[in-house]
Amino acid sequence: MGLRKIVDNIKPTFSKGGKLGFLHSTFDAFETFLFVPNTVTKRGAHVRDCVDLKRIMIIVVLALVPSLLFGIWNIGYQHSLASGGDMGFWAMIWYGILKILPLYLVSYIVGLGIEFISAQIKGHEVNEGYLVSGMIIPLIMPVNVPLWMLALAVIFAVIIGKEIFGGTGMNIWNPALLARAFLFFAYPSHMSGDKVWVAGVDGYTGATPLAQAAAGEQLPSVMEMVIGTIPGAIGETSVIAILIGAVILIATGVASWKIMVSAVIGGLFVGGIANLCGAEGSYLALPCWQHLVMGGFLFGAVFMATDPVTSAQTEKGKWIYGFLVGAVAIVIRLFNAGYPEGMMLAILLMNTFAPLIDHYVVNSNIKKRMRRA
Amino acid sequence: MSDNIRIKKGLNIPISGAASRSVNKEVFSDVVAIKPTDFRGIVPKMKVKEGETVKAGTILFADKANPQIQFASPCSGVVEAVVRGEKRKLLSVRIKADKEIDYIKFDIPKELTNENVKDLLLQSGLWCAIKQRPYGIVANPDTTPKSIFISGFNTAPLAADLDFVLQNEFEALQAGINALSKLTAGGVHLSICDGCYANANLNKLQGVIQHKVSGPHPAGNVGVQINHISPIAKGDIIWTVDLHLVATIGKLFTKGIYDASQLVAVVGPAVKTPTYVKGIQGMQISTVKYLADESKGTLRYISGDVLTGENVGVDGFLGFYKNQITVLPEGDYYEMFGWVKPFRSKKFSFSHTYPSFLCSKKRYNMDTNLNGGVRAFVMSDVYGKVLPMDIYPTYLFKAALAKDLEKMEQLGIYEVIEEDIALCEYVCPSKIEIQKIISDGIDLMIKEMA
Repeated sequence: MGLRKIVDNIKPTFSKGGKLGFLHSTFDAFETFLFVPNTVTKRGAHVRDCVDLKRIMIIVVLALVPSLLFGIWNIGYQHSLASGGDMGFWAMIWYGILKILPLYLVSYIVGLGIEFISAQIKGHEVNEGYLVSGMIIPLIMPVNVPLWMLALAVIFAVIIGKEIFGGTGMNIWNPALLARAFLFFAYPSHMSGDKVWVAGVDGYTGATPLAQAAAGEQLPSVMEMVIGTIPGAIGETSVIAILIGAVILIATGVASWKIMVSAVIGGLFVGGIANLCGAEGSYLALPCWQHLVMGGFLFGAVFMATDPVTSAQTEKGKWIYGFLVGAVAIVIRLFNAGYPEGMMLAILLMNTFAPLIDHYVVNSNIKKRMRRA
Repeated sequence: MSDNIRIKKGLNIPISGAASRSVNKEVFSDVVAIKPTDFRGIVPKMKVKEGETVKAGTILFADKANPQIQFASPCSGVVEAVVRGEKRKLLSVRIKADKEIDYIKFDIPKELTNENVKDLLLQSGLWCAIKQRPYGIVANPDTTPKSIFISGFNTAPLAADLDFVLQNEFEALQAGINALSKLTAGGVHLSICDGCYANANLNKLQGVIQHKVSGPHPAGNVGVQINHISPIAKGDIIWTVDLHLVATIGKLFTKGIYDASQLVAVVGPAVKTPTYVKGIQGMQISTVKYLADESKGTLRYISGDVLTGENVGVDGFLGFYKNQITVLPEGDYYEMFGWVKPFRSKKFSFSHTYPSFLCSKKRYNMDTNLNGGVRAFVMSDVYGKVLPMDIYPTYLFKAALAKDLEKMEQLGIYEVIEEDIALCEYVCPSKIEIQKIISDGIDLMIKEMA
């Protein structure tokens, strides 16, 4: 194999003692990206399953692709609507690519850069976790987010959210959401309101359905919200694209269906109570199921609440955690006028409490065991 | 009494090279070794010197802390070498074996009582066949166990079919059970594979409390069965004996000799015709080299199964508790874009991230490639899918990593030994050495709780 030969030839340069030995983590990352390494088992189980974290991460990335593709088209479509022109399908796609490509370049170059540097400093192998975070971060941003702001958010998320806790697997909060939360609180005018969701038309206001609902305005039709032809963060608008991703995640067993289902139940539960109490025509009376197709609820429930590191890790805990994510998200939407979208804060809040939920679940197991003695 | 236990969680690893139910031949091992490292918690003190002549049943060494626990030679011959490692740690005692085995004749007690069963087992060096839970150490003869558990089947990958291996040993098994039942008031529990129930001889055994167990590996692990039948609480002691060693004990009580001969399964993807050979405890692995398929490159010879066995090399020796030799090709190759390929038809995954779960009949020529790089715990829910016990595995592993004795105790360290969580290690996408973590945890418990 030709490529293998090239890699073998340059390997000594990057190994310890070589000229570029200090880059061995970086080299290792690229080498294992190309080739599954020739490491063999030393002790314990002599054979191992062929799944590794790279495979799991690539499945999540794959599940995000429908949302990404739809997002690209929708950027163009919203622009076309706003500018009053009729752009045609390919022109919309091209416009979307031009808008989204810089976001991805910034997200991956900055994020992976920090990952490589910190792996280098610690002498670890580079973790794959950012492949997914870097894919998600642009999808939960408004299309008009300035690139320097995105870079700042990524730096914050990777360093404060992940590396200071010890890297992938040790973090408390979902890094992608932390990036969004950082911008949401640091630069609120760029993250919400009605001027940030449509690209390329100055002064055009295109509010998200959530903002419209909170303000008591006319909503887009349910069909539009399901298909996703509405303003919103890049990847969150299309329910159909998100559901395709959900099917991929559930079929491969990569993400927990329990969290997804219980989040939906939690959302419906709070929404349902609100429906019972709300006066007709008020925001509270908005049919509870409509909350599911608006804003980032589904995107959050499918792709971010299910993060195996920051969610609850016990099976019972997942039900409780998911339910609370959904419930808190709708509570924030309905009762906090300051924040039209509650999913981000709900997930971050429950990330914080997930270890506590697990603690009680595990404790009940401990109590059972102690009773036997 | 008989009950049905259905194990749902677990995995039968679809590795190729299962042994056909036939005995290829009787192999003679020039050199036979007994390895103190096979016995957890034992510090050996030599009783023989190099050059001494021994019989089958002659005591070779004893435990320093509890000298009544002794270890015998499985064959007659001359002590060829006492092999020591770092810090003079005793690694193995090698016997140059006689062609014809000369046995020590032990007096068979006329009537079985707790006292004389113990005496004969201790005197003959067969006591070490009895292991104790918690920890999987050699049982302490001064304690009395709550009960004794025997698993009637082995679900480990390519494990010897105990029905076949012991088909002519019914009387020995019965004698062994009769003897063991004197050691406890709680009875001898025997688990029988539900699917094999109809044609098993084992269900005719008398004097046992029978349980029918079904399901994938680790359903055949005695630890899993105990967890479902009579879970171990703090302070409980349960003894376990491997079924093929029950037969060895039985022969001691019927013939009065330490008869260590046994059928050994020679299995694995790098074996030409996987089969059984008639061998002996502690036999040299090279005696079955003729069965290995050396065209498969560098081979790894394992004493035991692929999950829990030990890489002993072709010149190594079969472990005391093992009746299986697995031969695997080493996986020291690079696989281009392995993790990106949609299909990877030559590899198996328990996860559904590869489509391999769709063809359940397929068997794979597995090798020793790690299939990835070592990472932190990320997919923490995967372990529970292959551990059919009421235990939160990730929490137990982390408690063991943190050397938190109290937490380990609370989370169930008494109920597991390495073999029970070996599948967690197999499926781990982060390639963490979980058996090592639990092993270190158990060592720490033994040290600190003593």
